[in-house]
Amino acid sequence: MKSINLTLKVWRQERGSDKGRFETYDATGISTDMSFLEMLDVVNERLTLEGKEPIAFDHDCREGICGMCGAMVNGYAHGHESGTTLCQLHMRHFSDGDTIVIEPWRSRAFKVVKDLVVDRSAFDKIIQEGGYISVNTGGAPDGNTIPVPQDVAEKAMDAASCIGCGACVAACPNGSAMLFVGAKISQFALLPQGRPEAKDRVLAMLNMHDELGFGNCSNERECEARCPKNISIVNIARMNREFIKAALLSE
Amino acid sequence: MQLVLRIIRTSIGKKLLMAFTGLCFCCFLVIHLAGNLSVYGGADTFNSYVNHLHSLGVLVHIAELALLVLAIVHIVTGTVLFIENLRARPVRYSVTRRSGGRTWGSATMPYTGFLILVFLVCHISWFIYAGREYQTVYQILTGLFSNPVVILLYCAAVLVVALHISHGFWSLFQTFGLNHNAYMPAIRALGIIFAVIVAMGFGTIPLYLGL
Ligand code: FES
Repeated sequence: MKSINLTLKVWRQERGSDKGRFETYDATGISTDMSFLEMLDVVNERLTLEGKEPIAFDHDCREGICGMCGAMVNGYAHGHESGTTLCQLHMRHFSDGDTIVIEPWRSRAFKVVKDLVVDRSAFDKIIQEGGYISVNTGGAPDGNTIPVPQDVAEKAMDAASCIGCGACVAACPNGSAMLFVGAKISQFALLPQGRPEAKDRVLAMLNMHDELGFGNCSNERECEARCPKNISIVNIARMNREFIKAALLSE
Repeated sequence: MQLVLRIIRTSIGKKLLMAFTGLCFCCFLVIHLAGNLSVYGGADTFNSYVNHLHSLGVLVHIAELALLVLAIVHIVTGTVLFIENLRARPVRYSVTRRSGGRTWGSATMPYTGFLILVFLVCHISWFIYAGREYQTVYQILTGLFSNPVVILLYCAAVLVVALHISHGFWSLFQTFGLNHNAYMPAIRALGIIFAVIVAMGFGTIPLYLGL
């Protein structure tokens, strides 16, 4: 088993209202088989033994499906490997002696709660505005009564693979959440079940996005490059089409 | 009116305004370049182009007015977006890296935009105050471009325009929702080609006249 020694520069911030600063820690004897979060666990273990406050970071599934984890690692959201969440980033992608700078997502809409933990409830607010379809209760309808072409279903599924981690916002030079909103709108816009509310959905979700203080998309494409689920900006283009249809073309 | 407000208020609406006005400027650049290239036909060809253009009379003024309105919309919207985007990230990162999306063109859009504005003001005022009563436009040009500093500044401005186009052109298609895996690579390539054509087309004129 190979092990490496690293120097960490970690953003420490006691609470949201505090100023925050970088602290330097040595991470010695880190197995290259560990994930990034396991490496932080080791560092935290030692900090606790020394009687210091461990580094706070968000995580849950640790298998890249829940979207809880995430931090800027050397300027890359979720680290430099593409299509990977922070929990699935392995230490074998780092070399002995590396210095790693770890910062929380930075956005006006994502307030730092503590250290690397940010409040992403802004995403929930956007979802509440239309990230759903309305279905009446009653007997369950038969499956496959509404035909959906396979390629369309695939596209909807690709959009629906968004785990809401916030990396698109963090990586966007403008702090925009358009990839998230575009994916959430696309997954419904593509399917017949999503069409009845399509018009209201795009307008409501977009208004909420803007209201929360996210930036404006200028097609920098950094979001799709950093998305752990490789969601494409084609979804942003689709959202723009939905917006044009809803705001300009329909009466 | 409600429609206009709805568009100006939302981020996609502002983006559409930038894209639409940007598209108009792309078209304008094509026409402008086509006209300017008549310089290679010599003084008479160029002056007759200028005279033909001016003989359109009121049509020219309408075009000028339209361009002015488009420019104001583009500049004001762009400035608003620039400020809003700065405010969207109050605490900056200490380390930032590109992951392959951002280009020199896209990263400098607000700044190249501002430089183009400065260039336009100089460009237009030169022709207003050049004294067209006692010399032809061709003479004004050759006079102007006999100064190497002017040549240098003009070429620099043209390169800035090209850089702005290198992101703006494909970007406006994306904004209009015209992104398809089948043709997006072609649009991106076309944007670069267009930028190069603008740079070469406009940029070689002062070199031809001055050197
Ligand atoms: S912890 Fe669930 S995606 Fe990383």
